[in-house]
Amino acid sequence: MKQFLLDGQPIPFEDGQTILEAARAAGHYIPSLCWHKDLPPHGSCKLCVVKSAGRHVSACATPAKDGAEVESNTPEMNGERRGILQMLFVEGNHFCPSCEMSGNCELQALGYEYEMLTPRFRHFFPDRPVDASHPDVLLDFNRCIFCELCVRASRDIDGKSVFALTGRGIDKHLVVNAESGRLADTDFTKDDRAANICPVGVILPKRTGFAVPIGERSFDGTQISTETLKEES
Amino acid sequence: MPTTPLAAPVDLDGVLQRHQHNPTRLLQILIDAQDLAGWLPAPTLTHIAAALGIPRARVEGVAGFYSFLYTRPVGRYRVLFSDNITDRMLGNDGLMDALCRKLWVEPGKLSEDGLVSVATTSCTGLCDQGPAILVNGLAIGQLSHRRINEIAELIRQQRPLDLWPAEYFRVDDNIRRKDALLDLQMPPGDALRAAIARGRDGWLDEVRASRLRGRGGAGFATAVKWESARNAPGADKVIVCNADEGEPGTFKDRVLLNSYADLVFEGMTLAAWAIGASEGFLYLRGEYRYLRPQLEAALARRREAGLLGTAILGTPGFDFDIQIHLGAGAYVCGEESALIESLEGKRGTPRIRPPFPVVKGYLGRPTAVNNVETHAKTCLIALYGGEAFADTGTAQSTGTKLLSISGDCAAPGIYEYPFGVPITRILEDCGASDTQAVQVGGAAGICLANYEFHRHIAYEDVPTAGAFMVFDGTRDLFDVARAFVHFFAHESCGFCTPCRVGTSLLKGFMDKLADGHGARADLNDIEWLDRLLKNASHCGLGSAAPNPVIDTLQKFRPAYERRLVSLDFEPAFDLDAALAEARQLTARDDPGAHLKTHEEDAQ
Ligand SMILES: Cc1cc2nc3c(=O)[nH]c(=O)nc-3n(C[C@H](O)[C@H](O)[C@H](O)COP(=O)(O)O)c2cc1C
Ligand code: SF4
Ligand code: SF4
Ligand code: FES
Ligand code: FES
Repeated sequence: MKQFLLDGQPIPFEDGQTILEAARAAGHYIPSLCWHKDLPPHGSCKLCVVKSAGRHVSACATPAKDGAEVESNTPEMNGERRGILQMLFVEGNHFCPSCEMSGNCELQALGYEYEMLTPRFRHFFPDRPVDASHPDVLLDFNRCIFCELCVRASRDIDGKSVFALTGRGIDKHLVVNAESGRLADTDFTKDDRAANICPVGVILPKRTGFAVPIGERSFDGTQISTETLKEES
Repeated sequence: MPTTPLAAPVDLDGVLQRHQHNPTRLLQILIDAQDLAGWLPAPTLTHIAAALGIPRARVEGVAGFYSFLYTRPVGRYRVLFSDNITDRMLGNDGLMDALCRKLWVEPGKLSEDGLVSVATTSCTGLCDQGPAILVNGLAIGQLSHRRINEIAELIRQQRPLDLWPAEYFRVDDNIRRKDALLDLQMPPGDALRAAIARGRDGWLDEVRASRLRGRGGAGFATAVKWESARNAPGADKVIVCNADEGEPGTFKDRVLLNSYADLVFEGMTLAAWAIGASEGFLYLRGEYRYLRPQLEAALARRREAGLLGTAILGTPGFDFDIQIHLGAGAYVCGEESALIESLEGKRGTPRIRPPFPVVKGYLGRPTAVNNVETHAKTCLIALYGGEAFADTGTAQSTGTKLLSISGDCAAPGIYEYPFGVPITRILEDCGASDTQAVQVGGAAGICLANYEFHRHIAYEDVPTAGAFMVFDGTRDLFDVARAFVHFFAHESCGFCTPCRVGTSLLKGFMDKLADGHGARADLNDIEWLDRLLKNASHCGLGSAAPNPVIDTLQKFRPAYERRLVSLDFEPAFDLDAALAEARQLTARDDPGAHLKTHEEDAQ
């Protein structure tokens, strides 16, 4: 059986598995935001960054290699992850206490997991209007972290391409597939896979707000690392 | 060519037909569609999407990615000031102010009558004859206040561009030193004949013997790249010539394309012979679109002469042709996998590697991407053999290198040297004096201080894609680094978090220091950001973005420390400045309307 070392622990893997997949299958957590088990790796958020043979690589997109030595749960890598989370927080407008996803939000949960105590950097306060046009779903772009899960799910699973990114660099933003720019003018429905994949609080069902009370949500009682490993085993 | 019609009939269907309704040509379609109306209104995007049978959101995604595509109205005259540090040193900001004042327009905005818009753009590759602008995509160099006055007048009179004085659009080669390549006078076809005579394997052996390395920056061994592409499964291989030349301060590919196009196209054909490719692309940066007509003419001549097309030079099975694709203002598209995405009509986002382009490139086919100069150099190898080529240069860097020299020197322009040439020699040749620093390799390269001028241009010492910007004792290296940081922030593709947010944060810190609000804590944050960018970025843009800061912080630290107001922490927010609007509204400017300043604190 082929294996690599993750923080000194042997991790067995099969050909074609990435570092992240093999690690999680063996019960070791590597964080992620833009990765999803039903979609090909994307490699954009960089939360899964690990060091392999001294080089930084994205664990979600890098094939596991026999005999490799990989560092992940170290103060250095976790410090970088905390920094990336801080970047994502200051880039958007995240007022967690008023967000319907609070407690279920992966970004928030990772902030706790990696002991992010301050935003550290100046806030960008981008101007991102909300789209409430659709009868069943609200889009609050203020919280978008550009993981493209909705883009990819809509295109590759729903076969619709309701979402796409436009702009470049720090001006990158999400748009919907309509000349009006309104979600109501697309063929999006609340049962689309893309409607139920956002890791943060952008794509929200209407009229079901706070159905599960704060305190009883996914990451209220357990760390996201524990929760993720439980789900994937 | 770009035109400035008032209300031209928009013949989108003609454009779509010319591109066979092919979605992989989306970027080319958008560029052509924009030429018709000056910008891309929302219904145009909808129409294109429907005609190509692709989601509208994808079209909007692509249109929004490239700096030279406009989804909002722009002036019938679009003036873009090249904003490389060398343009800044030549006073581009004063010229831009003057033009804006004369035309009653604010930078970055459209004039009320829709006549003109004025803004800045990244380095346009005319650093040897700056300051430069692009007017509706066409380059004008050697700007002076006099020329700006004339241009303002021409715009006010709404004179069509083709009636502007022709000398405005003259771009000089400024070749100052020739060596093997620039001295070569080869009748088209000679290198190809020599390579065909050797057979495909024999030809690849020569390239291997030459130990030629890529001239685009990374210095990858050309023979290894070609061999990987040749051996990769898939019969329909692709050759790409990377003429994106977006690295600030680099303009040698401009000169090769202008005056040595046959060597470049012959080099691409030589690559096709080695690899067994039938399709080739020249990816030409949008800033160089004025070269396109003459490049198309060169391609036509070569087809006529049997140097492109089927059975090249009568060799059965050797079929190859080249088409030109335009870029549209995106530095990241010089990165080879982003370039391939752009060739496929997508946003220029770098791909995940592996797989590498030599295995899965353009449309999943094995693709060998090389720099313009790399392709041209292979002609020398075909003519004189690999060993002769390896006789010049150093052990790990064979042959010669073209340098694009600009900044504080008497004779900016193109210099060809054998690898191994010391910096001191170059400075002497270009007439530089009192030199404080040189930036070698562009914004992504390395900043050398005067105690390092004994070092040599070579992959094993000071590697470079060709840029060589000179700064004399009057320059502030902090300003240089800050200009490059602005460049990277503007050019980040935005795909990965560290680069998208990190380059903007870095820009914010550099601006904070420039505005006089810097503190020691900021230097710590800057150094932390530098490391994260370098380590965690998805592609070379993000990992090179902190280079100018890392180098200047290390070598010119006083330029930073001079700007610190406090030794630990200082907010970026200036409370007194924030009251300016209130003062204006109340028509007060007495001391009581101001908060205490730092100067007072210090007293
Ligand atoms: C951000 C970025 C921009 C680049 N721009 C260019 C360019 O304008 N021209 C170029 O030849 N190579 C550029 N490169 C390097 C290419 O990715 C690639 O290595 C090169 O074209 C290969 O050709 P070569 O082996 O002949 O050098 C760039 C790389 C990065 C990361
Ligand atoms: S809306 Fe959600 S799923 Fe879509 S890109 Fe933004 S954060 Fe990701
Ligand atoms: S490093 Fe910058 S340019 Fe490269 S992929 Fe990331 S965001 Fe894009
Ligand atoms: S999870 Fe790997 S880059 Fe996002
Ligand atoms: S709780 Fe963070 S985005 Fe909603």
